[in-house]
Amino acid sequence: MYPELGQLALILALLLAVLLSVVPLVGSIAGRDNLQAFARPLATGLFVFIALAFAVLTHAFLTDDFSVAYVANNSNSLLPWYFKFSAVWGGHEGSLLLWILMLAGWTMAVAVFSRRLPTVMISQVLSVLGMVAVGFLLFIIITSNPFDRLLPNIPADGADLNPLLQDFGLIVHPPMLYMGYVGFSVAFAFAIAALMNGRLDAAWARWSRPWTTVAWAFLSVGIALGSWWAYYELGWGGWWFWDPVENASLLPWLSGTALMHSLAVTEKRGVFKSWTVLLAIVTFALSLLGTFLVRSGVLTSVHAFASDPERGVFLLALLAVTVIASLTLYAFRAPVVHVRSRYGTLSREIFLLLNNVLLVSATLLVAVGTLYPLVLDYLDMGRLSIGEPFFNLTFSPLAVATGLLLGTGIFSRWKKTDGGWLGRKLLWPLAISLVASTAVLIGYGGFKPWAFAGIFSAMWVAVATFWDLLDKSSSRKGRLHGLKRQSRSYYGMVLGHLGLAITMAGATVVSNYGIERDVRMVPGDVATVGDYQFVFREIGERQGPNFTAQYGSFDVILDGEQVADLHPEKRQYSVGMSVMTEADIDAGLFRDIFVAIGERISDQAWAIRLQYKPLVRWLWLGAVFMAAGGFLAISDRRYRIRERAGVREGAREDTARQSDDPAGALS
Amino acid sequence: MHPIRKKRLTIVLFLVAGIAIAVGLTTYALRQNINLFYDPTQISAGEAPVDVRIRAGGMVEEGSVIRDPNSLKVEFRVTDFNASVPVEYVGILPDLFAEGQGVVAMGQLNGQGRFVADQVLAKHDENYMPPEVADALAKSAKNGQQPSKAGDAPAY
Repeated sequence: MYPELGQLALILALLLAVLLSVVPLVGSIAGRDNLQAFARPLATGLFVFIALAFAVLTHAFLTDDFSVAYVANNSNSLLPWYFKFSAVWGGHEGSLLLWILMLAGWTMAVAVFSRRLPTVMISQVLSVLGMVAVGFLLFIIITSNPFDRLLPNIPADGADLNPLLQDFGLIVHPPMLYMGYVGFSVAFAFAIAALMNGRLDAAWARWSRPWTTVAWAFLSVGIALGSWWAYYELGWGGWWFWDPVENASLLPWLSGTALMHSLAVTEKRGVFKSWTVLLAIVTFALSLLGTFLVRSGVLTSVHAFASDPERGVFLLALLAVTVIASLTLYAFRAPVVHVRSRYGTLSREIFLLLNNVLLVSATLLVAVGTLYPLVLDYLDMGRLSIGEPFFNLTFSPLAVATGLLLGTGIFSRWKKTDGGWLGRKLLWPLAISLVASTAVLIGYGGFKPWAFAGIFSAMWVAVATFWDLLDKSSSRKGRLHGLKRQSRSYYGMVLGHLGLAITMAGATVVSNYGIERDVRMVPGDVATVGDYQFVFREIGERQGPNFTAQYGSFDVILDGEQVADLHPEKRQYSVGMSVMTEADIDAGLFRDIFVAIGERISDQAWAIRLQYKPLVRWLWLGAVFMAAGGFLAISDRRYRIRERAGVREGAREDTARQSDDPAGALS
Repeated sequence: MHPIRKKRLTIVLFLVAGIAIAVGLTTYALRQNINLFYDPTQISAGEAPVDVRIRAGGMVEEGSVIRDPNSLKVEFRVTDFNASVPVEYVGILPDLFAEGQGVVAMGQLNGQGRFVADQVLAKHDENYMPPEVADALAKSAKNGQQPSKAGDAPAY
């Protein structure tokens, strides 16, 4: 009974979505307020019915209703309840339902938090979001119904959730990632609405900014969680594989970062409008591309087990319709916009433009590396793969360049910056960064050109960020007063940039100074990795809720003192008889010690992986900083002041604004 | 030149320069890092280049896995039921590596026709078949040995 209710809720949601995509839009064009007034109730209804469908599916999982095919394929009665809960999005159909739930949630949030927006704008934004919902609801109802029944042959028990996914990481990673992916649909909807009513102005940029920033913050956390999960669960200690699915999430992140910065310029200075709108469209298209890549089964990847051509074609069609329709609209409407504002060759505008060039180049690069093999394969021109070295070789220089540019650009001013002044300003930060990064390299033992470039770039970003904070906060009434005077969006920017520096430092150090050893060990053996000694004491056995595990006991010794006692496991899951490696990690802010057991080589001997991972936590810590920065920035009061103030032309308000909000943007 | 035009020109030049650098780097790096896939039939027919990093894949032949008890060295044969190639690898094999399972290996073919792998991939689901391997098997399609379809295994 319940699953049919879920099905019904989805169909009702589809009807509401169709209404939402038509009625307010027609109302806004015809100028009829009574039609536009439907926008908010319809958005609420859409959310309610999708939430109902989601609740029904969750209920089916929690009550072990194996008559539902999706539950039977992805759950098992032995599964602990929290994994039954996260198994809701452990497979294709459920994760799409989560996608739509997020979309409906964002739509509702726009309806709730945009009370101050002009009616025409809000109607059109909600209508565009409704259209996206129609596409995905059709997709789920036609090709991927999570409520399909297995009648009358109900299985006695489920096929179990893939053991890799029975993990805390799975509970949190997909929702965060989807919040980000789907969140960019709001920026997209604002862009489309702005194009439709020809209102590409500073006010539009101001409305889009918080939504874009939040989506970006969620996506940052989502990607970091995925990387963290891969690190301890399936990667044997690797944290980024340039796997197409990872790249699929990185693409909208890169273009979303570009969008965030470009929106800042559009809001503050009223320029780059066409470019910003294009970026908003591209970012959402890349989110759709990511969904297509992950969900269609065209990829050889951890995430893509099932391939179903019908689904792939549908998603591709959805992507094509979105891109073609929005670019057509863009082609017709974008040229209407004229730039009146002026800025010099050395100005914050130009620095942010360069930032966009670098980020877009990085996006293109990752896209080429990800899509090239797929296209060749599709054209039947051979199967090939593009290895990690390609990405490392091309992405790293761009990342370093972005860092160098960022540290310089922080000091620049809108409109015009004096070159000599900027040069003098950079002198101290430059000297400090050089000395500090050299010291770090010596500390880690050994100069490597790439390590130096990465560390220096990260250090440069961090030092410049702090230097700028000191500059801005100097006040006659004392430092504290000066610090208090800075806006939240400025502190958001500081946190975001520090986050980037932290992630870059982590990535550089762990890639260059991490040590990894695969060894054959019998109980009693001692192996040395760097300064650490690993003593393999014994192998034991234990019983888990739905698996049995063999575990090793390791003492980790540094300078004659025990620093950790680790118990990596080899788990045998009773359903499906699959084997899983469960690494054990002694985590620390400055280093991780990682032990994983591989296969049994002989009676006594095991293959063991031992790793020393300096600064690996910084990778994800940086993402936490970035996300915190994003949330801090949107809590800035200027997003809550009456929108009338925002309606003024951005180019006009900049001089007044510069004094009380010196950094201006999340630049 | 008109200042606005001049500025636009600067912007366009920046963009072109950025894209040119990206394209240059990309093609250079692509040339170094493309790994072509060969199936056992192609390798045993001598179609695969020697001492170049390639990918090879197929099923691990039943009864072919030999372990060195004193190190992490392991040898096995990869087959498409038409031809098979000896593979040697030093390191930890993935959890789902087993005889009769599909694998993809990265490495180089040496002069003696042995494939020296530096990476062995078996995907994370027992029903999973790497698409390359599925293709290779379909191609050789001897003994009516059809690759089992991936089916409705978890899609995440």
